Formats: sequence, structure tokens, C-alpha cells
Amino acid sequence: MKRREFLKTSGIVTAGSILPMSLIEVAFADNADGTKSDENFTFAVISDAHLQQIKGTKFVRNWDMGLKRAVAECNMMNPKPDFVLFGGDLGQLGKAAEIDHGAEILSALRSPVKMMLGEHDYYLDLGEHWMNRFGDPYYSFDHKGVHIVVLNSILVDEKWINKWKDPMERMQTMAGLDDPNGSPFMVGLKQREWLKKDLEKVSKDTPLIVFSHSPLQKIYKGWNFWTDDAELVQDILKPFKKVNVIYAHVHQVQYNKIGNIAFNSVMSTAWPWPYPKTYAKEPSYVPKLTVEMNRADPFFERDGTGWQMINVHTGRVDMNFILPHNQNRIVAYNEKTGRPEDVEFQNKERIPPQIHY
Amino acid sequence: MWSSRTKNVFHLKFTIKGEIMKTLLKLSSLLIVGVLSVEADEFTKKDLALWKAEYQTVVKQGRKVFTNPKLGTNTVTCNECHPNATNTHPETYPKFQKQLGKVATMAEMINWCIANPLEGKKMRLDDPRMIALIAYITEERRGVKLDPGKH
Repeated sequence: MKRREFLKTSGIVTAGSILPMSLIEVAFADNADGTKSDENFTFAVISDAHLQQIKGTKFVRNWDMGLKRAVAECNMMNPKPDFVLFGGDLGQLGKAAEIDHGAEILSALRSPVKMMLGEHDYYLDLGEHWMNRFGDPYYSFDHKGVHIVVLNSILVDEKWINKWKDPMERMQTMAGLDDPNGSPFMVGLKQREWLKKDLEKVSKDTPLIVFSHSPLQKIYKGWNFWTDDAELVQDILKPFKKVNVIYAHVHQVQYNKIGNIAFNSVMSTAWPWPYPKTYAKEPSYVPKLTVEMNRADPFFERDGTGWQMINVHTGRVDMNFILPHNQNRIVAYNEKTGRPEDVEFQNKERIPPQIHY
Repeated sequence: MWSSRTKNVFHLKFTIKGEIMKTLLKLSSLLIVGVLSVEADEFTKKDLALWKAEYQTVVKQGRKVFTNPKLGTNTVTCNECHPNATNTHPETYPKFQKQLGKVATMAEMINWCIANPLEGKKMRLDDPRMIALIAYITEERRGVKLDPGKH
């Protein structure tokens, strides 16, 4: 065991002084002009747990451990995050047992929890069990001067939904990331109309944080690193001065900037995904701005997985990636360049593990 | 004289025998080469299509194994972590694997994955499922230059 690893692991056991150190300083970020702001706050995102039922009370141990670890680490944060958003894909095959198992593990969180829906929670019973447990799949709320929207971006057209012999066949097809019989995700007309209406009452100076499960930008269609109506949603967000989109689904570090919109992705607690460009047969469009996360070493179970503490200051988000087995990373909004940047690696030569091929 | 004639006759006979043998040998070897050359030099487009189809059948079987929840014991499939067999790097084997402490082939890494993330039983290296997995993984990486030993 490496020393760093030992410190992190023992941090969980001794609950306290070691792990949160680096986060305390970033948690209370000042305004750009050096003044303290009451409207600075931190929240956490834990995502893509993919809890997978084997049979009865047996679940895949590896994925369970990822989520449990994130919950334990999150509970040790000082100051506590104002809320924790779960970014979707709580289960693997949308089973009630998986969603309930996830709810149980998340129930240990000591901060208020907000839920977002992922395709793995949806395509068995079209979200029925998930909605019974957690409520609406899209909603908005205000927090310390920031307007926060949670979208359901994993919808597809009715024709695809109805073409399967049974719900499990539909779920299994959608659960295979690389299954060619899947279908591209979208937010859809109904929700776009709702979003327009929801934002009508919000001043254009109010910072927005928009959560979506799939990227609200087009990266690679084959794996649904993609939302079909991404541009139409971006158009609705464009008039606002500070827009931050945070998305899940991709199990890797991505960030980008389109106009006033800063995009950040979050990690999975279960397993990492390769960057789409490593599929040599198809073209893909990972944002050039992104400094890739490390290539995971399969011999370390938690490598390439993690969760994030996010601090919001002056209406922009800084992502603190908590990565067991990897050096933690910070992707912060750079006021000067007007885009998210990795505070350590942005302009440096890449280290060998950051090169995916 | 007599003896020498006899000798000559014998010699002649011997020579004739030898020539016949040589010719027969030549003929037979020609025949063998002839038969072989028909098989080796003259396979047809039909043959090529047939062999390609055989290969593609095994590639398809490989994709089935790659997505089969019963390959291991915990329902986890290969494509959960490796969509389209990405990050399997077939072109980099054999290579030194620190944790195995030796130079390993891809088949050994496949077995490692089956035994660990999939919590299953390692396969024989000539198991048809192993061959199918290698065919599928390599096919998805078609066109990438060989780079054994790369990390």
C-alpha cells in the first residue's frame, strides 16, 4: 500500500483530521475582488453507482464499496456540503431491489440529498419505482442566490420505448453502453418548454447551475456521451450571464466552455470509462480543453473512480475531484480566461498515465 | 570378357533401374508438388469469403461472450468497463505486467479480469470462448499498429 493510499484509507477510519485538510481551504473561496461572500457555498455530487443485484440480497461487492466509500468520505467533509446531489444510475438494471439498496446506502449521508435520474434507473419500469421513492425527475430550486435546475435528459422517442418484447430486454439494451440497438438521449420538447417557463422568473444576472445525467453537449453518439437536443437546451440557457452545466454518465473527467456555459462532468463511484477517442473505429469529440484523467490501473479496484466536492463562488463552480488511488484534481473556473481549467495540469506536459490510447 | 560383359549388363541394368527410379521419383515428386501447388496457389475468392465468414462468426461469438452476464459469477460483463473493447490494448501484448511479475499475453489478462472483476473461473487458454474473446477484442482494434510491450 502506498503511503498516500494509507493516509486516505486511515482517514476514513479515524474520521477526521487527515482527509478534509485540502478541502477546507477551497471550501471558503473569496470573491474575485478578495471580499468574503455569504453566497459562497459547497455541495457534493456522488454519481453513477450502478449497484448491481446478483440475486436476492447479493450485490456486486466492488460497486457497493465505491458508493459506501463516497458516502463515508462525504460525511467527513468540514464544512459539510449544503446538499449532496446524486447524479443518476443508482442501479444497473433499474430493479426496485437495486434502487432500494442505493437509497439505503445514501440514507447514511448527513446532508440533504437531491436526486437525479439516469437511464439505468429508468428503462425497466419507465422510472415508476424511482419516482415513488424520490419524486419528480425534473425540478428546480434556489440556493444562496443561485438558481439550480435538475433535468431528466435520458428520454428517447416513444417508438423505441415500445419496440421491445419485454421491459427487461429494453433495460438490458439501454444498459449496454456500446449496444448498437440503444437510442440517443434527449431532454424533449415538454421539458424544454418547462425549462423556458421556469427560467422566465429568474433574472439574467442570477447564476445558474444545471444538472443533467447525459452531457448537454455532443461528444460521442455511440455511447450516448450525447444529448440529441443539446443545442436547443443551450439556446435556452444562453441569455444568462453565468451558466454552469454539471453532467454525469461519462465516468470520466471532462470540461468545456461554450459561450457563457461552463461544462463539467463528474466521476462514477463504480468504474471508469475510457475516453471515446480510444475506440479507433469511430470519430468522437472530447473537448480539447479537457486534461484527461489518468488511465485506470485495473489492479486497483477504486482507481479511476471517485466523487466531487464543488464550491460555488461568484456564481461559478470549482470541481474538487476526490479520487481514491489517484492524486485528487481541481478543475476551477478561471476568471481571466473565462473557462474551467485544471489548476495543476492545464498547461503542463501530460504525465504518462494521462495519455489514453 | 564375359565377365566384363556381364558386368556391363549388370551395370546397364543397374543404370536403367537407377534411371527409372530417378524418373519415378521425379515424377512422383512432381505429382506431389503439383497437387500441393493446386491447393496452395489456387484458392479462390470463394475460399477467401468462406474463411472471412468463419472468422466473423467467431468474432460475433466473442461479442456474445464479452456481454454475457454468466461468464463470471457476479453478472458483471466485460463491456461494462470496456465498451467496444476499448482500453484492452490488444496491440500492446505481450507486455510486462508489474502486478503479475512477468511478461504476459492478452489471454492471461483476460483470465485475470474473469477471475477478479467478474469473480469467475479462469479458462483454458485454448477454450473456444477465450479464442472468441480474443477475436472480438482484436477485431474492434483493427488497423491499430502493433506495439508490443507498450504501457
